[in-house]
Amino acid sequence: MTAAAAATGRVLSGTHFMLGDHACAEGALAAGMDFFGGYPITPSTEIAERLAARLPAVGGKFVQMEDELGSIMAIVGASAAGARSFTATSGPGFSLMMESIGLAAMMEIPIVIVDVQRASPSTGLPTMVGQSDILQARWGSHGDYGIAAFSPDSPQECFDLTVHAFNVADRYRIPVFLLMDEVVAHMTERVEIPAADAIVRYPRKGPDHAPGEARHLPYAVGEDGVPAIAHAGEGHRVHMTGLTHDERGYPALNAATHDALVNRLVDKVRLNAADIQMYEELELDDAETVVVAFGCTSRSAREAVKLARERGMKCGMLRLQSIWPFPESRVRALLDQGTVRRFMVPEVNLGQLRREVERLTQLPIVRVNHAGGAMPTPTQLLEAMQ
Amino acid sequence: MSDSAPVIASSHPNDGLLRADRFPHILCPGCGIGTVIHCYVDAMAASGVDLQQHVCVSGIGCSGRAAGYVNVDSYHTTHGRALPFALGIAVHKPELRVTVISGDGDLAAIGGNHLIHAARRNVDLTVICINNFNYGMTGGQAGPTSPRGSHTATAPEGVLDRPFNLPDLARAAGACMVSRWTILHVRQLRDAILRGLNKPGFSFIEALSPCPTNFGRANDLADGMAEMDVYRQRCRIAEGLPDFDDLDIDLTDESRPIYVGDFVDIEREPFHPVGEVPA
Repeated sequence: MTAAAAATGRVLSGTHFMLGDHACAEGALAAGMDFFGGYPITPSTEIAERLAARLPAVGGKFVQMEDELGSIMAIVGASAAGARSFTATSGPGFSLMMESIGLAAMMEIPIVIVDVQRASPSTGLPTMVGQSDILQARWGSHGDYGIAAFSPDSPQECFDLTVHAFNVADRYRIPVFLLMDEVVAHMTERVEIPAADAIVRYPRKGPDHAPGEARHLPYAVGEDGVPAIAHAGEGHRVHMTGLTHDERGYPALNAATHDALVNRLVDKVRLNAADIQMYEELELDDAETVVVAFGCTSRSAREAVKLARERGMKCGMLRLQSIWPFPESRVRALLDQGTVRRFMVPEVNLGQLRREVERLTQLPIVRVNHAGGAMPTPTQLLEAMQ
Repeated sequence: MSDSAPVIASSHPNDGLLRADRFPHILCPGCGIGTVIHCYVDAMAASGVDLQQHVCVSGIGCSGRAAGYVNVDSYHTTHGRALPFALGIAVHKPELRVTVISGDGDLAAIGGNHLIHAARRNVDLTVICINNFNYGMTGGQAGPTSPRGSHTATAPEGVLDRPFNLPDLARAAGACMVSRWTILHVRQLRDAILRGLNKPGFSFIEALSPCPTNFGRANDLADGMAEMDVYRQRCRIAEGLPDFDDLDIDLTDESRPIYVGDFVDIEREPFHPVGEVPA
């Protein structure tokens, strides 16, 4: 495998019949990922296995860590040294990573984490589907901070959104999650990988001066609220801490500095939501019933909308490619168009995303939930619409 | 200044190595952490490696503040996780000299798993573990090195469990260099750190250090010099490979020596995840 992988290079351009987990790994490689630190966990393991063979062959570093506490910190450290760094896990490992996700948010060190969701809580159903880490991804570490989370519905999107995740992480210096689910991760479909020069990569914004010319202030910001990053070994002698800090990166343990810093961490995402968020619209122009769906569940919803339309029902779907930031402005616009009578939010959890819709409307919300291990079928969704 | 003591020097030789704009520091009178930081920056200056190639990573606690005072790329991370953070830097940029300075609680309790695995892999890191026998930052609670019978905020009747023998732990886990000194032994401590910086692989240096404010007050060592006197009276320099059981520390048994020295210095291939698999 290694020799073959070396011959193929970083970007596996062409048409493939590919597993979702593998497409995710290929997306990371195409995005220029050069450090993976991880710990095996079902149903994400195929990502690590693929990268164990592929990454060293293209000059990257693959490290199997002793646990997820180590995995997350290894990728934060590597990113602090300039790596595009990456890990893949599932619910139990994601839980272990939470504290240091907060560190990455606070230090503003970009990282990308895949959470292939399985039926939870606790060990749950390790090999079976779940979508129940939605709120954990948003709120799991203590305190307020900004993150983004994307949710692919197919192996093709596992590739595309992984590339996008790295760009968003680097652009805004935030932790970015790929909230996959077991069904999409273990699904094999056609995947088109573009030519290497067609893969968009945003470079991180670095200091505008050479080391020694001026003092680099690691947390000084301009209008976009995102500081320039100087990496370990580049000569700028940065200091970074998880403590509340000033522009120099030095601890500044007072309420005013804290309030300004945490507001900026949140605003980086809040004020740039239009740039970060992604969604697909299906038959929404005259829709009376709007299905808000993501991941594997949106595949059933797509079919259910088609069947409903064939029966003369005015149904449409807002498919979330980004769960966080939740496309609030699009939902408000839907409400303003005046046709919508109700929403439906099918999820393989007991109503986590539904809360976001509830926050925006008094309209009825049809609940289709399963705690995990099974996803709703198109027929079940169609019946719930009727 | 004319009314007070005369200025005998306008700067300190180590000013360029420290973040002088962060002073005064947070450390208590009599604390040994500043001495360890000085030994580290002296060793960096003597390493022959440009300061821009040095990186310092710390965890949480009083010792974890060390990274904030050294004038190199420096990271003050989460509790117990300095080692995997440092691994990420060292693996991504093997040309850098990455040092972890943290406390006994950070490295051996909450971060103990990372310690043994980083040693097992022989990651190219220098680890300076400042052992003050307790959790100082939070007010003097028992930690993984608190001597049996010592009094702490969470063991008011005396610590019941057996402490870690850190050099033995590091050696057993695979460290290729293991030393223990105290802040009384500044030359030896600095020299050990210097050897660690220039040695490929995992170097572990335990630095015994007084915490008069917390551990000291509860254990008849409250005076700033009291624990230094213990070091002076009871430390014995181990020659050659010691019996590692002898390296257990019992502060309460005055007849028992505290062994210090350079215990292990072997050659072993450092961790390179893209390297050739050994034959």
